[in-house]
Amino acid sequence: MGSGCGMRNGLRHLIFVLVPVVAAFAVLPWVYSNHLLLFNFVVFLVLAQGINVIYGFTGYLPFGYVGFFGAGAYGFSLLVLHMHAPPLLALVAGALAALILGIILTPLLRLEGAYFAIATLAASEVVAQIISNPNLTNVTQGPYGIRLSGVYAPRFAYSVAVVILALTLLMVVYLRNSRFGLALQAIRENPVSASMAGVDVVRGRTIAWLLSALIAGLIGAVYAWYISVFYPETVFDLGMSIFAIVFALFGGTATIVGPISGVAILYGIYNGIGIATPQYFQLIYGTLIMALVSFLPNGLLPLLKRWGINVP
Amino acid sequence: MLEYALIAGLLFGLYFSLIGLGLNLVFGVMRVVNLAHGDFLMLGGFAAYWLFTLRGVNPIFSIPIVFVAFALIGWPLYYLLVPRLQASKDPEMLSLILFFGLSQVIEACATIGFGTSEYSIPGDVLGSEPWHILNQTFPASWMVSGIASAVCIALVYLYLYRTRIGYVTRAVMSQRDEALSTGINVHAVSALAFGISLALAAVAGVLAPFMFGSIVPAMGVAVTITSFAVIVMGSLGQPLGTVLGGMVYGVALMFMQTYASSWANLLPYLVLILILLVRPTGLLGKRVRHA
Repeated sequence: MGSGCGMRNGLRHLIFVLVPVVAAFAVLPWVYSNHLLLFNFVVFLVLAQGINVIYGFTGYLPFGYVGFFGAGAYGFSLLVLHMHAPPLLALVAGALAALILGIILTPLLRLEGAYFAIATLAASEVVAQIISNPNLTNVTQGPYGIRLSGVYAPRFAYSVAVVILALTLLMVVYLRNSRFGLALQAIRENPVSASMAGVDVVRGRTIAWLLSALIAGLIGAVYAWYISVFYPETVFDLGMSIFAIVFALFGGTATIVGPISGVAILYGIYNGIGIATPQYFQLIYGTLIMALVSFLPNGLLPLLKRWGINVP
Repeated sequence: MLEYALIAGLLFGLYFSLIGLGLNLVFGVMRVVNLAHGDFLMLGGFAAYWLFTLRGVNPIFSIPIVFVAFALIGWPLYYLLVPRLQASKDPEMLSLILFFGLSQVIEACATIGFGTSEYSIPGDVLGSEPWHILNQTFPASWMVSGIASAVCIALVYLYLYRTRIGYVTRAVMSQRDEALSTGINVHAVSALAFGISLALAAVAGVLAPFMFGSIVPAMGVAVTITSFAVIVMGSLGQPLGTVLGGMVYGVALMFMQTYASSWANLLPYLVLILILLVRPTGLLGKRVRHA
């Protein structure tokens, strides 16, 4: 594909995918009253796209992806608690915390397949255990959780989350239509051939890894700001990683629309089940996930392709 | 103090090896990550609790009962879940999600059946006299659990290295496609390994009330993560490497509990992350990316 064609496609993706999605989430709070639900949708859209950046384009599945989310949330909170930083500055600190964690963990990229997935899971657990250790109560509030009543501003935080969503989508549109994104997919398919074709494998996968860490850190920081009262297990909940992964895989990775539709459909069902008893809810959701994986192992994408629909 | 931490660490190390063994066997043979491993352990624990309180069966005798029962559950469960998975594009990754779903289902069912409270079996049913080793006293239940774990590990060793089916199983572990082309019935071998894996988890579950103090329906995820720590240290896909990982984990945990108890939960993870950053494939591992 020539670069002119890539640019034209990119413009189409911006106009027909990015703009409508972002506009919808900018307008919805005026017509729909459950703001927390809308916010959660934005969070999962961003996380699913973050998974898309690293898993969809390079084939690395970070099962402990939530570690970056938690690092972002705590980076934000600690700066607000100890330095009384304004939220937007603290947001940068949250992003930096996730980025630093990502840099520390780059050696894990030498692992493949499930080794990598489990190693990141362990890494996320280590960070959660350190933060929730009672000996660090003076620094991180330990297991007692964070209270940020001073900066509580859900409306503002929601708008920032929508901006982060827009930036994330912009990045995915770029990956989908650029040489760099193509190089990453070559790494995913066969790292040895990719490097022989002149792709700098180590550089490519490291950039994708740090980008996805940055995305999760940013949205984690906004999450901390929005809910402003949380515990270590809230922001290091393995379930968040798994949700983001399931949503992205179900919709189809290495596309722009895939993760979006995954979140829209599955998180929509999740919120629509409407059973208050947690264990019956868990039973239905677990069964649903198993059925999806068993009967649609490659997500929605092959289905749509069979019907001749080319997914952007 | 030192002797105490060391011996207790070795006992718990044997137990943690048993916990990780089944998970690693499944990963080695079918390249599938059973995220519901800890939930099968929990079910084994509740089976033992139920046998003890309703039928008066001593947990020692529950061990062979749950072993057979869970091996029989594992066989059909393999055919139900795994072959379908292996037809997909990225089975290793998808297995994480499928078994997460299974883990949710099991946990939900256990919560519906048993509620959210903790259950325990009195420790003295495994012997009321504490054991004395090197002037240190250990509860009999720890010793019995350690010995039972060692016996199970030895049996797995015999199965893998001294039987024909074990020989075939190792062939599938090292080269799945070639094993298939030499006419090995890969599905039958895998189903057996899956059954044995669940059985090992369930046996560890029978001992769980004594080693962890109690069992709850929601314990599965934490147990699975502990198992990961153990098998990643020892090297994924090498069942007997698990024993090394288990020992390192057990001794590290006990030293931490003896000398710096509030950091005890942290150390195993720190050891794990250090091993991962220095030797990403675990202590015995070889498998890395080529680029």
